[in-house]
Amino acid sequence: MAQAHNGNERAGLPPQAELEALVALALEEAKRLGASSAEAGASVDVGLSVNVRKGEVDTLQHQRDRSLGVTVYFGQRKGSASSSDFRRESVLETVRAACSIARHTSEDPAQGLADAELMAKDVPDLDLFHPWALSAEEAIAIARECEAAALGADPRIVNSDGADVSTHIGLRVYGNSHGFLGGYRASRHSLSCMVVGRDGGEMQRDYWYTVGRAPELLESAASVGRKAAERTLRRLNPRRLSTRKVPVLYAPEVARGLLGHFIAAISGGALYRKASFLVDSLGQRIFPDFVHIEEQPHIKRGLGSAPFDGEGVATRPRTLVEDGVLQGYVLSSYSARKLGMQTTGNAGGVHNLIIRPGALDFAGLLKEMGTGLVVTELMGQGVNGVTGDYSRGASGFWVENGELAYPVQEITVASNLKQMFAGLRAVGSDVDERGNIRTGSLLLDGMTVAGE
Amino acid sequence: MDTNTVENGLALARAHILAPAGLTESDLERVFSQLLAPGVDAADLYFQLTRHEGWVLEDGIVKEGSRSLDQGVGVRAISGEQTGFAYSDEIILPALLEASGAAKAIARSGQSRRVQAWRQGSGLQLYRPLNPLESLSDEDKIALLKRVDAEARRLDPRVEQVIVSLAAVHDVMVVANSDGRIAGDVRPLVRLNVSVIASANGRRENGSSGGGGRFGYEYFLEGDRWRTYAHEAVRQALLNLEAVEAPAGTMPVVLGPGWPGVLLHEAVGHGLEGDFNRKGTSAFTGRIGERVASPLCTIVDDGTLDRRRGSLNVDDEGTPTQCTVLIEKGVLKGYMQDTLNARLMGMAPTGNGRRESYAHLPMPRMTNTYMLAGPHDPQEIIRSVKRGLYAVNFGGGQVDITSGKFVFSASEAYLIEDGKVTRPVKGATLIGSGPEVLTRVSMVGNDLQLDAGVGTCGKDGQSVPVGVGQPTLKIDAMTVGGTQA
Repeated sequence: MAQAHNGNERAGLPPQAELEALVALALEEAKRLGASSAEAGASVDVGLSVNVRKGEVDTLQHQRDRSLGVTVYFGQRKGSASSSDFRRESVLETVRAACSIARHTSEDPAQGLADAELMAKDVPDLDLFHPWALSAEEAIAIARECEAAALGADPRIVNSDGADVSTHIGLRVYGNSHGFLGGYRASRHSLSCMVVGRDGGEMQRDYWYTVGRAPELLESAASVGRKAAERTLRRLNPRRLSTRKVPVLYAPEVARGLLGHFIAAISGGALYRKASFLVDSLGQRIFPDFVHIEEQPHIKRGLGSAPFDGEGVATRPRTLVEDGVLQGYVLSSYSARKLGMQTTGNAGGVHNLIIRPGALDFAGLLKEMGTGLVVTELMGQGVNGVTGDYSRGASGFWVENGELAYPVQEITVASNLKQMFAGLRAVGSDVDERGNIRTGSLLLDGMTVAGE
Repeated sequence: MDTNTVENGLALARAHILAPAGLTESDLERVFSQLLAPGVDAADLYFQLTRHEGWVLEDGIVKEGSRSLDQGVGVRAISGEQTGFAYSDEIILPALLEASGAAKAIARSGQSRRVQAWRQGSGLQLYRPLNPLESLSDEDKIALLKRVDAEARRLDPRVEQVIVSLAAVHDVMVVANSDGRIAGDVRPLVRLNVSVIASANGRRENGSSGGGGRFGYEYFLEGDRWRTYAHEAVRQALLNLEAVEAPAGTMPVVLGPGWPGVLLHEAVGHGLEGDFNRKGTSAFTGRIGERVASPLCTIVDDGTLDRRRGSLNVDDEGTPTQCTVLIEKGVLKGYMQDTLNARLMGMAPTGNGRRESYAHLPMPRMTNTYMLAGPHDPQEIIRSVKRGLYAVNFGGGQVDITSGKFVFSASEAYLIEDGKVTRPVKGATLIGSGPEVLTRVSMVGNDLQLDAGVGTCGKDGQSVPVGVGQPTLKIDAMTVGGTQA
């Protein structure tokens, strides 16, 4: 690969002032066209990713994406438009498109910018930007080392879907006609590996990954490869289960999804539409009293950290669940107005959701459970946000006497999220920090397992 | 289906994309001469210009509307099994040359090549090269949304919430490859969706319906088609208000015609995509010629259906789409291929090379995947079941290619008791094994239907529109993931 390109040759981010000027131009044009208020966001993302399979490069991709989005308000009528073209004429055209849309939308009293006094006064440095000076050759070498560690782990590892290394940097700028104009840069790097195992019967695959804002936060290539192999090997020759009702332990990598369903259910959009099983649940007990959930938007280098939300509103740490009782919703200015409340700085979602870890690690939780099911992978989208009804495909391990007995697959787990949350028995200390939602394993009371 | 030249589509696509950028064939030659460095076996340039609009009605008013414009060019260089890829959102010569420089870095050493003389690829004419955003005035789009809303609310006082969305895409592409082939296509796509929430006795349930395809918005007005969507969404929501807990366990399952064909998409479709089979990671790898389904099952992937959501005149590599037999009378016949995987496997491309956009690499993807009709009367199929599940509507599904295990989630289902459809049950996930499930098909209905034009398939983070279909099917044993053990 002597000729391989350095990924950073095309990789420069423009100066922040350049995107600020674009946003200012869009806002100015909106005003000139008679909009009573307007907001605009611009972003540039640049990345390099490689996939190495069986020791050879499979794909080498250079990414560079740009986007400008504009929303205009004529009184309380709204119109939006976006474009990937940053030339002046296209920016003006995008604003005109948004204005022409707003001629046809209806007056909606809840519509508009977030209140001016809620705008972030400053943009704290959350230490999110750590570019990785990684050439394509270096990325390939890391991926090779990672995959080799997986393929060499055991003769039962028979095939590979490869190892991926990717590095991305981005700049986003947001401004609105309150005079708010802010931006920040962020980076994200990851390394992952997926391999296939076989021991007589059918093939199984599993994977492992590491992700972080700074390259030094990543797990080593060899460790990611070994874990991918271990996870694959332990799934070989699975059994099915007969249909039964048992306690279920969600491993951290799938427990995150359960908290995701909780966030969706207390999000403004679902609440004002009454499309949530947690409508009117503020101040109600949702979880057992040991449960504490908070949002920490300002964690340095956090994967979900952000100084302001999608409307320029300052983000702030807060408690969402205390002693199992719901303390607040997840709102944008629009959904807040629909509910007669104030925005919580969550236009665009939550920023680092953390459930307080308990005392027991994964092994301790297995002992606590005694007999039951550990779920390590879920399939499908069988979650009804309106009713909370939950039914998903699963694979994992059957547990007897507090220890993993054998792998299981081709089963489903079903219950209702409201009951699942109320039936939470323990939160593990085995916290997975690889995402915007940080949780340990979650042990739940009886769910229906369907199988043979 | 006749194969015609796509001169019209190509000429239009060139006029939309290459002409405004001032790009000539000699410019393309210049790019290819840089791209075809020593060791590069093949290369292509994918130019795309996409206009999208979306309108949303909620609370009886049109709350949101948006338009977007996205354009760019993707540059791919292939050397053996290796692919280099870069793209630019500027369609100008310097950006093309820069992206080419990045993409070709994949190549090691070998012979230098020149692009051959340009020739136009052939393709189909399955839909008109129209701009669906302009197929109705904005006023008429708003009026359509309001009519759907009023109809849904008129149908039943228990309807509490109605959301109607209307969207259109005008997707114009030109693909030029190092064999000297240029193909282009203008791809309209529209969609109307209605979702409702109904409530009664402290219970709240949703229902949704919709449709679309490769035509203008007037499709929704023909025969008051919009009205049927409103009725269907309300019917489902009201039905769900009555639904009891779904059963849990393994039992006979009868799947209704049409959209439940998502079964085929998950159970066998993905596992028969060329890339997984070339890599040997699919549960179907190396099984061509083997029996993988009951002799009642013949399954095809057909990109040539008139105006369907999953249809294409040419795929994203410029190969005309075709009807590919995947499983014939239960025997595995073939895979879906793009050019890269076809070449590496010594097979022919099947027109399944698709990509989400210029910023994504093409890979083998489905178009419209369905099972042909069988001999049985659907009523007879239901009568044959003592106790089981009758599932007629589904949400999404997912498959683990390697183990072959797949799921799909029923959103409308009923118990079958003593040969009769009885109570509606709540949504539940069905799980099975792709290489096994179709061997348990014991009856196939004579009522083949395709879905209404709402499917989107995700793979490796890329979404593309697809279609599915099937007749009524009986599967003797499948696991139903309800709560009632």
